[in-house]
Amino acid sequence: MRKSHPVRRAVLAGAATVSGIVLLLSLKPAADPAAASAAGTAPRAPSAGQESPQGGSGALPGGTTTVTGDAAPTQYGDVQVRLTVSGGKVVKAEAVRAPKGGLSDQKTAMAVPRLNQEAVAAQSADIDAVSGATYTSGGYRTSLQSALDQAGG
Amino acid sequence: MTGQAEAPTGLRHAEEVMGTVFSFDVRGGEPEAVRAALREAVAGLHRVDEVFSTYRADSEVSRLARGELTVAQCDPQVAEVLALGAEAERMSDGWFSLRYQGRLDPTGVVKGWAAERAARLVAAAGASGVSVNGGGDVQVLGSPGADRPWRVGVSDPLRPGGLAAVVSAAGAPELAVATSGTAERGDHIVDPRTGRAAVTDLVSVTVVAPRLVWADCWATAAFAMGAREGLAWLESLPGVEALLITAGDEVRCTGGLGARLG
Repeated sequence: MRKSHPVRRAVLAGAATVSGIVLLLSLKPAADPAAASAAGTAPRAPSAGQESPQGGSGALPGGTTTVTGDAAPTQYGDVQVRLTVSGGKVVKAEAVRAPKGGLSDQKTAMAVPRLNQEAVAAQSADIDAVSGATYTSGGYRTSLQSALDQAGG
Repeated sequence: MTGQAEAPTGLRHAEEVMGTVFSFDVRGGEPEAVRAALREAVAGLHRVDEVFSTYRADSEVSRLARGELTVAQCDPQVAEVLALGAEAERMSDGWFSLRYQGRLDPTGVVKGWAAERAARLVAAAGASGVSVNGGGDVQVLGSPGADRPWRVGVSDPLRPGGLAAVVSAAGAPELAVATSGTAERGDHIVDPRTGRAAVTDLVSVTVVAPRLVWADCWATAAFAMGAREGLAWLESLPGVEALLITAGDEVRCTGGLGARLG
């Protein structure tokens, strides 16, 4: 779509992509054995100090891996997301846990398909910053802005 | 929080201050001059926090609210912020307020004002592009590169991790994107007619305008007004565009917003 530029390259570059998305969604390899085997060699989120240099040839080995996130509380209930990463890019995002019951079911029915699209869109949207309701210092750590900051320019 | 220097043309820094995190993305300029300006901007944010924090009993604003100081005895920044807040009150017919529960509380204007000022300070040192995100309210100046504008995502409050829109600063030498929402810290959004927390049918209001100090105030005021009145009021402000998301998951935009989306 657009010309490659530093941020996009960094966001899309393998390790940086995975760590960014991992930070964004508080993802870590799933703890339960079944999911863990599905997670395969999914990398753990590195700390900022271990962040790999951006813009490098950080593409993951050709294989496809999945990472499953911690459940994130939302105003409608907990949401847990599994990402599929192939060739260093997020190719699929799916909710493995979503709110149930009453209005929440209706919301989930609409929100999950949107979430599938949007989680992919966010990492390929070629953005420099994110505006949203004010986050606390703690909330920052799981924010998309934090992922952009970590990915570097 | 750490600053990350990388290629000589870009500098990033995230600073924890005012109960949130300010993210800097600075492009171009002479590296030493830009670095020095960034240090100065960050120190300025901490100074603002010391002067204006309502959480610190010994801040100048807390002492001013208790009547222990006059405005003239405070840091000159206090008079500047109070004047901006008074203007926001007038422009919003009281929907934006410098008082909370009867007490002086300029919190609603301070963060956007401080982030805009920090961005201008770094740009004045010679940077060709500056983006400052003050906890979710963004001021961009210049551009990140010769052939590309700054692009700011608007987070979707009903879909964590998703974006409701992307705002492009193409053709604008300065642009701010500020969002008020239900997840916002504190309870500073008050209905001036009742004095109580505003009852609103909105989950977020995002305002796009040249200056963050105003974008931030207008987002707060429109959020309290609700969808119908808020959208009509924002539409009446020159040079201001907005995107409102209702509790019913509908998106409403001002007429000119489309030209800013990309």
